[in-house]
Amino acid sequence: MGLTITEKILANASRKSEVASGDVVIADVDIVMAHDSTAPLAVEGLYKIGKKVFDPDKIVIVFDHFFPAPSVDAARLHQKVRNFVTEQKIPNFFTDGVCHQILVEKFVSPGNVIVGADSHTCTEGAVGAFSTGLGSTDIAGAMATGKCWFKIPESLEFNLSGSPEKGVYAKDVILNIIGQVGADGALYKAAEFTGDYVKNASVSSRLTLCNMAVEMGAKNGIIEADEKTRNFLGREGKIFESDKDAVYEDEYEIQVDTIGPQVACPPTVDNVKPVTSVEGEKIDQAYIGTCTNGRSEDIEIATKILKGKRIAENVRLLVIPASTKIYLDTFGKGYLQEIIKSGGIICNPGCGPCVGRHEGVLAEGETCISTQNRNFSGRMGHPKAEIYLASPATVAASALAGEIVDPRGYV
Amino acid sequence: MRAWKFGNDVNTDLITPGRYTITTDKTKLGKIAFIEHRPEFAREVKAGDIIVAGENFGCGSSREHAPVAIKAAGVSAVLAKSFARIFFRNAINIGLPLFVCEEVDRIDDGDLVEINFETGQIRDKTKDMVLKAKPLPKFIQKIVEKGGLVNFLRSEGYV
Ligand code: SF4
Repeated sequence: MGLTITEKILANASRKSEVASGDVVIADVDIVMAHDSTAPLAVEGLYKIGKKVFDPDKIVIVFDHFFPAPSVDAARLHQKVRNFVTEQKIPNFFTDGVCHQILVEKFVSPGNVIVGADSHTCTEGAVGAFSTGLGSTDIAGAMATGKCWFKIPESLEFNLSGSPEKGVYAKDVILNIIGQVGADGALYKAAEFTGDYVKNASVSSRLTLCNMAVEMGAKNGIIEADEKTRNFLGREGKIFESDKDAVYEDEYEIQVDTIGPQVACPPTVDNVKPVTSVEGEKIDQAYIGTCTNGRSEDIEIATKILKGKRIAENVRLLVIPASTKIYLDTFGKGYLQEIIKSGGIICNPGCGPCVGRHEGVLAEGETCISTQNRNFSGRMGHPKAEIYLASPATVAASALAGEIVDPRGYV
Repeated sequence: MRAWKFGNDVNTDLITPGRYTITTDKTKLGKIAFIEHRPEFAREVKAGDIIVAGENFGCGSSREHAPVAIKAAGVSAVLAKSFARIFFRNAINIGLPLFVCEEVDRIDDGDLVEINFETGQIRDKTKDMVLKAKPLPKFIQKIVEKGGLVNFLRSEGYV
């Protein structure tokens, strides 16, 4: 019987010749990540275990969720984690971007097993790795042992074909899928994206697809690595392919040319509608950034729409590159300057207001359109503020209009 | 024990909003459980009470603050039709008992419910009916029996 990429990577990491869905394996992990929000509890867990980390080189700590510290409490947590980093001699400590972007830029190779104390660790599967989110105690266990237990998940195949029309992007595709399958449509499963659309898509777009796999409950998102992946990463790794006769629990055929711009309406990610049905909804804030859509490609799309124009008077536009590398790249290309001239604000690389802890939180009754991946009540400030999720093009066009608009008239 | 009833897809931002989780203090976390979603919960919950929910309980973020807050508030178990993956692992790891039960719709908010932690038998005393929870997978049962992941790793010789 054939195997999927996910099964092959987990079999390889647990030194088994074959695995089947439902088996529990104990796999070696290549990277263990935690960030400023989840590391404090993981550190406490590790102290409880009473051991040193298994290999300091394989631990990655990123401050991104509330960096620089917005309060004394936050600074205290940072201090606690910094002390841990020093005492355990962990060389991989970063404050210059969102954890998933940092991992992809600096560490992940195809075929790796990656665990991160962040639910969007499924992002890194876009480069052909098994990558999944865990909580702090699991991460403490992985830091101590270099191992983690996994139940081999069933796989779902999302076969995406065709090319999207102008003004439609990977974000629209994944929102459409989540709208179809629902918030628990892939619960506990591996979501594998295949098809000519995925083959032709940039690595940046593939990252957007896998990033949101957890929004349908998936354990991991995964895409077979190829030459494009290797060029993007600058690392070889080991490329696993799904066998022709691999078993998928379900297969979805999706024609991306039939998908228009999408929005996820508050307060759940699977509340997805065509942008045309919410046009005219007034906005107070527009946010372009995050691990979902804060890469150069996204900032380029937004810049093309904003260039030479001025955002609506009543709107704050925040643009946050997902890493310093992207910051420098988009600055070098002159994008950020154009965004600033159009009225946008650029903040330091990191999560920004995505999780409502600093810079750009919303007041009661306010509405934000954002490129992030979650729109839950209270996510970005007051529980009675509303968040719409959309592509960078839809967000940029809406910032100009002061209300949600179809970006196809702007690209 | 009183049942606190919740719906489907209760996410971690509803359990412990991100803005409140810049702390690892368990007492503080216990006080913020469902702070905006159901403000009376943390005020009125009694030690031993249980949460009864629908599908996909605990979806969203990986923050362990969510099950920690529920446990610290005094909740003795969570009963749901299904749990989100990371929340499930987190709860087991910190020793918050979970039960998967298809028939939770029959329990109403405020019912008095008793759970036999050994057999997974659920007794709704208000309605005088008995429901059954699905047994957890064997591997996970072992972690539960040890009282969480840290003890499990120790007893199995991993650390
Ligand atoms: S950008 Fe948002 S979704 Fe991504 S890691 Fe940061 S807080 Fe989480």
